[in-house]
Amino acid sequence: MKILLRMLSLLLMASLLVPLAACHGARSIGAFEMPDAFDTEKQYEITFWAKNDTNLTQTRIYEKAITDFEALYPNVKVHLKLYTDYGKIYNDVITNIATNTTPNVCITYPDHIATYMTGGSNTVVPLDKLMSDEKYGLGGSELRFDGPTASEMIPKFMEECKIDGVTMALPFMRSTEACYVNKTMVEALGFTLPEVLTWDFVFEVSAAAMALGKTTVTDESGKEKEVYVANGQSTFIPFIYKSTDNMMIQMLLQKAAAYSTAEGDILLFNDTTKGLLEDLAPYAASGAFCTFSIVGYPANFLNAGQCIFAVDSTAGATWMGSDAPLVDIAEDKLVQFETAVMTVPQVDPQHPTMISQGPSVCIFNKRDAGEVLASWLFTQFLLTNGVQIAYASTEGYVPVTSKAQSSAEYQDYLSREGEDNDHYYDVKLQATKLLIENTENTFVTPVFNGSASLRSAAGHLVESVTKAKRRKQTVDDAYFEKLYRDTAALYRLDAVSGEEDDQSLPAVSVGLLVTLGVIWVGMGAYVTASYVKKRKNLR
Amino acid sequence: MKKILLVALAVLMVLSTFVACQKPEEPEDPKEDIYTKSEGVMTYEQYAAAAVESQVVVETYIQAKQGWWEKDGVGVATFYTQDGVGGYFLYNMPCSEDDYNNKLKVGAKIKVTGYKAEWDGEVEIIDATWTLLEGNYVAPAKDVTATLANEAELVKLQNMFASVKGATVVASADKEGTEKPFLYKWDGSGQQGDDIYFKVSVDGKTYGFCVESYLCGKDSATYKAAEALKVGDKIDLEGFLYWYQGPQPHVTAIKAAK
Repeated sequence: MKILLRMLSLLLMASLLVPLAACHGARSIGAFEMPDAFDTEKQYEITFWAKNDTNLTQTRIYEKAITDFEALYPNVKVHLKLYTDYGKIYNDVITNIATNTTPNVCITYPDHIATYMTGGSNTVVPLDKLMSDEKYGLGGSELRFDGPTASEMIPKFMEECKIDGVTMALPFMRSTEACYVNKTMVEALGFTLPEVLTWDFVFEVSAAAMALGKTTVTDESGKEKEVYVANGQSTFIPFIYKSTDNMMIQMLLQKAAAYSTAEGDILLFNDTTKGLLEDLAPYAASGAFCTFSIVGYPANFLNAGQCIFAVDSTAGATWMGSDAPLVDIAEDKLVQFETAVMTVPQVDPQHPTMISQGPSVCIFNKRDAGEVLASWLFTQFLLTNGVQIAYASTEGYVPVTSKAQSSAEYQDYLSREGEDNDHYYDVKLQATKLLIENTENTFVTPVFNGSASLRSAAGHLVESVTKAKRRKQTVDDAYFEKLYRDTAALYRLDAVSGEEDDQSLPAVSVGLLVTLGVIWVGMGAYVTASYVKKRKNLR
Repeated sequence: MKKILLVALAVLMVLSTFVACQKPEEPEDPKEDIYTKSEGVMTYEQYAAAAVESQVVVETYIQAKQGWWEKDGVGVATFYTQDGVGGYFLYNMPCSEDDYNNKLKVGAKIKVTGYKAEWDGEVEIIDATWTLLEGNYVAPAKDVTATLANEAELVKLQNMFASVKGATVVASADKEGTEKPFLYKWDGSGQQGDDIYFKVSVDGKTYGFCVESYLCGKDSATYKAAEALKVGDKIDLEGFLYWYQGPQPHVTAIKAAK
């Protein structure tokens, strides 16, 4: 019996270790508590994972922001890690949550934060209390810089950073998509651009251009080759879409069709989606429509005169047009044409809607509340006019504060459209103004754990149908049935619907829980046995 | 003892990174028939003539591979492959990590069924499936020094393992106009670990080369050799004739010119 008791004691001791083991990692951190003051004597090292658009100027702005911030707070050292892809930041954060080595400050999308939050309830710091703190909050009395007040944050952009009513990020920059149009070619085809672009118009012009067909010409070396009549080249794709996720999402929203509920019910696989894909199919089959992932960057085709309608982010405006400051094709391939910057195609031109996108910033929780406060101060510094205006001007981004937007410096910048083909590049400034004028027409999709997967699935549907038609495959009811089934499985959407993406626990956790269960059963058995024995003895 | 162990480990680490990026210098196996195709399999010429988006079936030998990763939860990797005639770039081909490490080794012969695609000039096979076959072949680098200036001829060698001899490193300017022997990312906006871009001059003409970080990571000898380049260096290069809006070889070896 003594041996049994000793074994039980050992098991009990072991059981005490289990919760400790389980606490190792992100889950062990308690909720962030605001310190009374920021300790300026203590040294802090914080990491900032940022995204740039393969743009040297953006890199320089981040570096300057860090230098300026460190000058104001000499006890804080900021380490910058740069990415050019939100997806890679997302993957790295997920990997680092498990080892509690997340960055302090991270450029991200709210969709991604929803997944980060599944790494533990305190993984990402809620910002509402920080924002309203009198000393260190937005416009706080103890800040060493002139940051925006809460009322100077653009409300629409702030709304996008809320998850279940809690602010989990701050917007850093905002962009939307634009359709960059080779206006010269549209008019050469006998069309006039409408005030607001519609899907019907885009497809009509694209089809008309393709309908001109091909002709045979003799090249400089005397060889005969086939070229498209519309552009005189062997390559021609009238309509190219960069982000097919956005394409499907915007088409659905413009049609007031279902996509998902705010709670995370997946509604994408519906008849309207199917109808949109069926409408798209003939243009994909004829080559009038294609996507970035299938053929390459829309800008390269547009600038070479091989595309009429190129849809890409306003944050890609510096790559668009004959005089674009950033060009990825050989100079001799550049074609001169007039570029029109228009909103993405619409279903109802009277009520245009477009997606709101662009980087936000979140803060990861750490054991040291002072380190989190340092991260918060740096995050706010990214919202100061100096950083906001400089960064927004690198592309067709819009500052996220009214303080920056209404500043004399920014207004001067906007007024100088086309003064040069670099800082004041007209296409970039037109893209910027497009978003400023349409801020109230932008939308975001509901954020929940799994919303990032749903977004990918929306794009996958467009890509799949486009590929299938280009490969001359049959796209019929049976095809769609299989496509929906396969897509839901690929992105694990059958497991999402109102729930989290993957609620299953890792094997190690399951093992620990089973061990705990066995221990508790053992303890229960021991206590019961002792009680029965005692009762027996009492008799 | 500890020091010896430390040095041995360090040497091992350096060697392992070198191996990860370099093509094994195995001699061509004279017994391996790298030209004959099984029934139903395209010759390289048939593959080259096939239209983009058509289904293709090829037999080819892996020459190098980029890192394995998960795309939408599916393991994929990108391979540089070739047979006796031409090169095939297998983009994001689904494979398990175990198969990537243990079956899809450099030299391995595989049958690939997929779709021919072209992405910004790079001809590749996508949405592919594969079967491991008996056979092994590691191609010697084809010297394309004299062909560099003739893009119409060079494109016929697209994706093949090739070498350029006696090239001179010339300065690359970042977007701000600062001249450097190489750039992290095409415009210098990157940092260590990103792709490296540099330019060389051959017979008075300038060509761009890239150390693709997924092929030769920052710890590889090739990456470090690129970081050590100086304007005016005379070098020999090996790599794969990748295309992006024109030739943009993915470098696997940089050595001082002989």
